[in-house]
Amino acid sequence: MQERRDLPPPKVNHDLLQFPMHTPLWFWIAAGALGMVVAAGVLTFGLMMHVGLQLLGYTNTVYWSVLITNFVFWVGISHAGVMISAILRLTQAEWRRPVTRAAEVLTVFSLATAALFPVIHTGRPWRLIYWIFPYDFSRGVWPDIRSALVWDPSAIFTYLTSSTLFVYVALIPDLAVARDRSTGWRRRFYGLFAMGFHGSKRQWRLQAIAGILLSALILPIFVSVHSIVSWDFAMAILPGWHSTVFPPYFVIGAVHSGVSAVATVMASLRRVFHLEDYITPDHFDALGRLLVAVATTWLFFFLMDFYFGIFRRDPTEVAVWQLRLFTPPYSTLFPIFLLTAYVIPVPIWLFRRFRRNIGMMFWTSLLVNVGMWLERYILIVPPQSFKEPFTYLWVPPYVPQPPEYILTLAGFGLVSFGFLIFAKIFPIIPLYDIKEGQVLKHEIRIGRVRVPAIFRE
Amino acid sequence: MAETASDALLGVFREPDSVATALDSLRAAGFGGHELTILSGVPYPEGAFGEEPERHRLYVFPFMGAACGFAVALLLVVGTQISYPLVTGGKPILSIPPMVNVMYEGTMLGAVLFTVIGIIFESRLPNLTPMPYDPRISEGYIGVLVTRADGRTAAAERALREAGALDIVTHPNAQLAT
Repeated sequence: MQERRDLPPPKVNHDLLQFPMHTPLWFWIAAGALGMVVAAGVLTFGLMMHVGLQLLGYTNTVYWSVLITNFVFWVGISHAGVMISAILRLTQAEWRRPVTRAAEVLTVFSLATAALFPVIHTGRPWRLIYWIFPYDFSRGVWPDIRSALVWDPSAIFTYLTSSTLFVYVALIPDLAVARDRSTGWRRRFYGLFAMGFHGSKRQWRLQAIAGILLSALILPIFVSVHSIVSWDFAMAILPGWHSTVFPPYFVIGAVHSGVSAVATVMASLRRVFHLEDYITPDHFDALGRLLVAVATTWLFFFLMDFYFGIFRRDPTEVAVWQLRLFTPPYSTLFPIFLLTAYVIPVPIWLFRRFRRNIGMMFWTSLLVNVGMWLERYILIVPPQSFKEPFTYLWVPPYVPQPPEYILTLAGFGLVSFGFLIFAKIFPIIPLYDIKEGQVLKHEIRIGRVRVPAIFRE
Repeated sequence: MAETASDALLGVFREPDSVATALDSLRAAGFGGHELTILSGVPYPEGAFGEEPERHRLYVFPFMGAACGFAVALLLVVGTQISYPLVTGGKPILSIPPMVNVMYEGTMLGAVLFTVIGIIFESRLPNLTPMPYDPRISEGYIGVLVTRADGRTAAAERALREAGALDIVTHPNAQLAT
């Protein structure tokens, strides 16, 4: 990191608590607009419960479609938090400081949104209670833990709980600052959650250890979550899904879409909250370099999935790939997916000039997530669309219906709404992390140049 | 470290060097390390003020949590399977590979929950005892809190002043406890 700006603690407090302490007009407009998108989703869900799942484009063979695509997509985005926060904390990467909290918060809201989609997908969500708890106490019928569909909620519950606690623990020192700078009900609110934190050496020491310890604990959970999500598919014997490469392929795909989403969010935060002093082109440069490595690893696993599919020459598996590559509408979606997820953004990120161009990083990272949503759709739907001989020959092709579009849009609205409300109440950039970076920064002279140095414990 | 309000006083400093000097002076005046606490709005490196290293038992918590989580998850996966022993696909009722997934998540959840409890417990939170505090600490100032100055208040105050304390706060700040 070559760019070090002088940020005294009062300025950091002022800049980063500006939005939580003062409410601009645009907040109400944005919250209202996003609230309406979410409300449209809730209404559609209500209508779907009332009328039934025939509102969606399900056919006799295709019933894991857009809603499950959304589920996998948002679980993928949720991997941003751990990838950025935990790994960068463990490696003490200096550029993590302004990025970590936004990434962690994105994890929490995207994971909560992801968890909603299987519930919506069931059509009768109140019956979930029978699925989670014993169906019948007298007969002792419990959920079957041998099913991948039970592993999934256990993994997501663990990850969501851990991520939420991770956010909270790192937030405590900043809540104390917000308490010290506020009055009335705000002071009581922040004071309650700050729990009397006063910044003793012991508390800071434990904060530092907590960051490392929780990162180390959440990392294995992070890997397990998307592996288990991939087993929802890979444990089925459906050609196109039944593949051993799915767990690493899903995990690296999640990291690809998650880190891209962090880049999109950071560019938006910088613009909306005027955080030019905190989120600098250096951060996008670092994210861009990380993304080149992640995207290329993802491409490797994508090619492995394709290769494993056709290498065996299993006629059904080959037919699924033919469906994905040569049959409309998948034949149209496939090149769009590949172009947007890799072919367009990665060559752009190879150039430092473009990595430091925040507008360019915003649009390319957004493009990646268009591609990654399509990747999940192409991965999930065509294998079900393939018609086994002598069965379901009369079934019309699956076409997503308006409620599915509305629910997809509502998913984006819900994550954005949650993120906006969080940023309104809590500082979205960790104050103490920025201040610590300022305390530890130093410059040393090497020959005729002065270069930044950093103290590490 | 037990912190009482009635006999405590807080010196507010601007520079870390002055804090180190204040600690040396207070030790010379007979105050022990357990009676001195440094408050800051920024995590300074360990030993920056010449203070004694903090001891804690946080590393025990994840292991305890993992053991509890593992036990609960094991009970859940075994109990649910044997309470309704339905054979599917000719596989054993207690089949290890699928059990491992839920047990792994349970173990990790237990470890994380106990770690967070440990962090809060070892940080002595929630701190409901009113104590001298200055909101300027969150603005970059550094506080030296003398927690048991009864009978030695004058000596503590002199040491803090001589080291360059900008202010000395003696009144407990009730907002910390809210």
